[in-house]
Amino acid sequence: MLTDKEVRHIAQLARIKITEQEEKSLKKDLSSILEYIDKLNEVDTTGVEPLYQTTGLVNSFRTDEHRKDFEMNDELDAKLIGQAPHKEDRFIKVKPVFKTKK
Amino acid sequence: MINGYTIKDIRDGLVKGHFTAEEIFKTYAEKIKKENKKLNAYLSTFNFQLSTFSPQAPLAGVPCAIKDNMLIDSTIVTAGSKILENYISSYDATIIKKLRVAGALFLGKTNLDEFAMGTSTENSAFGPTKNPHDLTRVPGGSSGGSAAAVAADLCVFALGSDTGGSVRQPASMCGVVGLKPTYGRVSRRGLIAMASSLDQIGPLTKNVYDAALVLNTISGHDIFDSTTVSKAVPDFTNYLEKDIKGLVVGVPKEFFGEGLDSEVGDRIRATIVKLESMGAKIKEITLPNFEYALATYYIIVPCEVSSNLSRLDGIRYGHSSKTAKNLLDTYSESRSEGFGFEPKRRIILGTYALSSGYYDAYYLKAQKVRALIKKDFDEAFKKVDVIVGPTAPHVAFKLGEKISDPLSLYLEDVYTVPVNLTGLPGISIPCGNGSDSGMPIGFQIIGRPFDEETILRVSYQLEQALN
Repeated sequence: MLTDKEVRHIAQLARIKITEQEEKSLKKDLSSILEYIDKLNEVDTTGVEPLYQTTGLVNSFRTDEHRKDFEMNDELDAKLIGQAPHKEDRFIKVKPVFKTKK
Repeated sequence: MINGYTIKDIRDGLVKGHFTAEEIFKTYAEKIKKENKKLNAYLSTFNFQLSTFSPQAPLAGVPCAIKDNMLIDSTIVTAGSKILENYISSYDATIIKKLRVAGALFLGKTNLDEFAMGTSTENSAFGPTKNPHDLTRVPGGSSGGSAAAVAADLCVFALGSDTGGSVRQPASMCGVVGLKPTYGRVSRRGLIAMASSLDQIGPLTKNVYDAALVLNTISGHDIFDSTTVSKAVPDFTNYLEKDIKGLVVGVPKEFFGEGLDSEVGDRIRATIVKLESMGAKIKEITLPNFEYALATYYIIVPCEVSSNLSRLDGIRYGHSSKTAKNLLDTYSESRSEGFGFEPKRRIILGTYALSSGYYDAYYLKAQKVRALIKKDFDEAFKKVDVIVGPTAPHVAFKLGEKISDPLSLYLEDVYTVPVNLTGLPGISIPCGNGSDSGMPIGFQIIGRPFDEETILRVSYQLEQALN
């Protein structure tokens, strides 16, 4: 069973603000899912290599050539930067990281 | 069988001059306008656009639907989430480019569980899709909008994405054909990622022949997706007519255990008897680690989700909180307001499983068990040509029936997730209706890696025999 403090801490790591109600549900849901997942401890995996992907591909390189698939132009510019919620000209605006002195 | 036009019907109609591409497109557009209100299969629709394609192109003039987690240049793609409600695609997904070249026309974008997380399409931020066979039931998910659109003939075919069953399970519940190709067969570029090591795009169609045709078009290596393989793509329609005499069909005894509804089990067993009568050799097999597949899946998926969805930060695109006072709040409030509860649940679970001190116990452990599950299938495929069983443990359930219990929804994927964990190709085809519910039941056929030909052939032969 996860504690309230753990749930709040993980949510904070995940950068998601949760309400008290959500915290309660998450605690219940995550605990039951984790309990289900614990079943994996029944499996002996000594000496087993993990399988991260199934294609068997290793180092899938491409040739180092200039490709013109994404030529920057005003239209693409508008599609990419134009969708930022806060912007000024061609720049995306973010809130300051450091506190500024008043 | 399913009413309406197949790809071949469209081709014949165009060649014989029964209708033009514009006329048939508009027929579908009108039908969507009339019927979408009750089904909520489409989230957005497009007008007819003149495009240039050869009349000989394989999908010339065929109106289709695309799950709304794939990018079509300059149109909105929501992934079923408020956080991307107004997001405009900046390019065409590779499969969209391929469909354009093949002459397909896009009717619209279909509903899905938010970021493809779910098995009922009830997790969509834009309301659930209803099952065309019974409006009080779910269509399955997460490609529920695509499955419902095909079943209700609101398109000729549709694309979905399948991370743990999201093409096959809704196909099963809506009585259509749903194919998940081998991982690496179809490019994922332009598909909004859920779990990158499992996601694969596949067709939902009215018959097996159409599934083979669409797979012909969307397959192939893509320099923009380094997980696609360079294998040659065969013409998948070439082998459909060959009978299945002597083919060895494996039936895992684990597929018929606890949790399988009896009306589904009966139908599946009857279908296996049918295969035997067609000359296939039935062989009972065992997949000893099958019972661990779902737990493995529900570690790997949240971990990959928590990583993939971290890009949604309220800064570059998507919903941004209006009340945030500093940078940290911009992240956490934008994500809090933008994501529904299921993505939150999975992101937080994944963050926990990947956090310091838990990585070995969860993520690494799961990837090791995944290797054992793969080994089970490798062993089985030394003795059999295909593996068959149910697609889902139940027929389509009632709206609202399971939504409050995430674990019970996760269990819907019990027969489909092992196929994603192992990267194998799998297909669901309709095999009749439940004796109690009267609802469609899907029969799943799983093949060797990159052997879609055999599962399509078995499906085609079975489809002919069942009709």
